[in-house]
Amino acid sequence: MSHFTKPAEGSWTEHFPDLGTEPVDYTDSIDPEFYEAERNAIFKRTWLNVGRVERLPRTGSYFTRELACLGTSLIIVKGRDGVIRALHNVCRHRGNKLVWNDFPNEETSGSCRQFACKYHAWRYDLDGKLSYVQQEGEFFDLDKQEYGLVSVRCEVWEGFIFINLDDNARPLREYLGKYAEGIEGYPFHEMTEVYSYRAEIGSNWKLFIDAFAEFYHAPVLHQKQAVKDEADKLMSTGFEALHYDLQSPHSMISSWGGMSPPKDLAMVKPIERVLRSGLFGPWDRPDIEGLDPLPPGINPAGAKPWGVDEFEIFPNMSLLFWAPGWYLTYHYWPTAVDKHIFEANLYFVPPKNTRERLAQELAAVTFKEYALQDANTLEATQTMLATRTVTDFPLCDQEILLRHLHKVVKDKVQEYREENNVHATN
Amino acid sequence: MSTLPTEFADLEPYADWALATEAERYAKRLASSMPQMQEFYDVAFGRLEDAITYCDKFDLDDLPDDARSLLHLMQSLVMVSFPVEVWKQPRVPDSGAAWAELIREPVV
Repeated sequence: MSHFTKPAEGSWTEHFPDLGTEPVDYTDSIDPEFYEAERNAIFKRTWLNVGRVERLPRTGSYFTRELACLGTSLIIVKGRDGVIRALHNVCRHRGNKLVWNDFPNEETSGSCRQFACKYHAWRYDLDGKLSYVQQEGEFFDLDKQEYGLVSVRCEVWEGFIFINLDDNARPLREYLGKYAEGIEGYPFHEMTEVYSYRAEIGSNWKLFIDAFAEFYHAPVLHQKQAVKDEADKLMSTGFEALHYDLQSPHSMISSWGGMSPPKDLAMVKPIERVLRSGLFGPWDRPDIEGLDPLPPGINPAGAKPWGVDEFEIFPNMSLLFWAPGWYLTYHYWPTAVDKHIFEANLYFVPPKNTRERLAQELAAVTFKEYALQDANTLEATQTMLATRTVTDFPLCDQEILLRHLHKVVKDKVQEYREENNVHATN
Repeated sequence: MSTLPTEFADLEPYADWALATEAERYAKRLASSMPQMQEFYDVAFGRLEDAITYCDKFDLDDLPDDARSLLHLMQSLVMVSFPVEVWKQPRVPDSGAAWAELIREPVV
């Protein structure tokens, strides 16, 4: 029996008839050829979020991104004109990586007046223009204007910096579509207290999205995290979301969340009772503008027991809004068919005192406890998918976002293969 | 040498838990036995509310050194709360080889 109303068709999945209801083929997560196609069909021509504007506070602030899925390294930098740009991290002289510290394959960040190559001291302005060539007279007809750093499209939405290798892609805001419109106005700029996690995960990137895009697993995998009576209750009830929506290629789930604060303090652990915080964040909402009312796209069902919305921004970003007034992002950066780098960023309003600081500390610590359990399950899944003992898997109605993700990815790869006359061998 | 405010002399035996970064706190958690963490938890948890009241007499961005150490120690209390209250072991169960690093954090 449903606890929350489903669409008239009887299920969320059937409300979107293109999705079908049959078992889903997971070869897309184990086939190296499919992964190579994904890189071209998706990652090299889709808007990808590489960070937030708060990481670039001043003129000359920069950070680098090592993006194996694009096969490149990018410099993201704030120019003298205040514009944020993305530049390929390659010196125009002989191809040395321009910005790095100690280890060329590790990301770095900082602040500078210009970029100088470690190899022959060629220098570039913050907007990428070549400004100085060592022993310029030794070169032949070198026009410095033609040797600036190669730029990449870079656009900012609500403080989120996106890049796109495809010069013909439609503008970012149009790509983000209806969800962007519904979220705009959220006080992202007030939430500058950040905890950034990074993990190398032994699974296909889509499997971690799968893990976070359904909460059907929560009462089971994480049952030890709740006190016993609560865990038993969650297990027997199972999980149902309040609302699902698809704005292909993006999607979202809206869920209840009764822990912030809980109805009964006996439901939570002793430290949570004292610090008034937990997995769903500090229970006391920060006193800032923009959280009440929330922008109309958040809690779209207008549900009273609402706890969290998770937006899947295709292809590899999840954006979560929590009822007590904080937000969280996940990014999944593939490095191979069976590996990816997972990043999570928790964003809070800066604490005003020790009490608030410790409440945020508990939320961040709790997040890591859950994430480690989730991450380990993925390696186990990847290993068994790779055996190809079973290829097709039944997904339930609470796993609609997974069904949608795999369909979108397969459709885009298929489209790319048709455009380029590439034939799959698997 | 005392590192904590005099009102918290009872926490002095656990002053080695006053660690500024998550990486240090997590490493100490993994390197500790459950009886060690239980003992620290039992004493520190009883003083948590007092510690918050004490630190909140100061501006969070301008804590005296001893108050900052006290806050660091209470951050370690948060760190050991999962092993003590839930897991009954230092590591997250079923986490195998999974590892996550906190690469940017607000350090007090």
